[in-house]
Amino acid sequence: MTDSEAKEIQVKPKQEVTSPAEQTQPGVVFTPGVDIFETERELTLLADLPGVTAENLTIDLRENTLTLTGEVAPFETANEQDILIEYEIGKYYRQFSLSNVIDQSKIDAKLVDGVLRLTLPKVEEAKPRKIEVRT
Amino acid sequence: MLYRRLFDFPTRGFRSPLRELDHLRRQIEQWDDALSGRTFTMPAAGVFPLTNVTEDNHNYYVRAELPGIKSDELDIQVTAKGISISGERKIPLEGDNVKYHRREREAGKFSRSINLPDDIDTDKVDAKLESGILTMIIPKAEKSKPRQITVK
Repeated sequence: MTDSEAKEIQVKPKQEVTSPAEQTQPGVVFTPGVDIFETERELTLLADLPGVTAENLTIDLRENTLTLTGEVAPFETANEQDILIEYEIGKYYRQFSLSNVIDQSKIDAKLVDGVLRLTLPKVEEAKPRKIEVRT
Repeated sequence: MLYRRLFDFPTRGFRSPLRELDHLRRQIEQWDDALSGRTFTMPAAGVFPLTNVTEDNHNYYVRAELPGIKSDELDIQVTAKGISISGERKIPLEGDNVKYHRREREAGKFSRSINLPDDIDTDKVDAKLESGILTMIIPKAEKSKPRQITVK
């Protein structure tokens, strides 16, 4: 476990994308919070995408640029009146440039409980190799 | 902020003008933050999770974004006038030899209580957690439902 036992989560308002790419639809666009880590063999990305379902999520990897787009369907019904609104609903968008060469055929994406887990295996050549020094 | 404490929970009747004001306040705070270089604003309550509360004639709807939280990690208590949500968000370790490039997701405990403007029917509260969004449907108590009066 992490050192989270004693810690309380601090509230972190959703971050709006400052300069979204060309928007074709009106609405707010947010940057999802992510964790990115790598091992020798793969790069893993975890993203918080509450409200996004598998069919509304687009993952695009094109020349080292990874783009995540998640649409959120509005879930309020028409005759609801607001009492307290602390967060807004909008789509998610974020782009990453990857420095490693990714084996596109082995990419794996899972979306569970609004969290995306994207595994990007590195191609064989990009894996570090130990160089033996001969004496 | 005194203003916040006084007006955090608008009562019936004042709701819509205050909502406008609240919206304006948030906007001004955002501009203020943009000018002073801070990156984000603190919302009204400042307690995780951020919550939206809406109502129609029969129910209150409480929604919160809780990505990555399983339903058994969530504890929901209902009282006559409000609800409280608490739990812990766990982010498991990914092994010893991983190198992090970004770490923005947070783990930790949370606890939040929300007062509703009127009495609720505590027996019929319904909660579901779907793709990281908690939706609670809280029926209003019979006496607090609006009644249609027919003019004869």
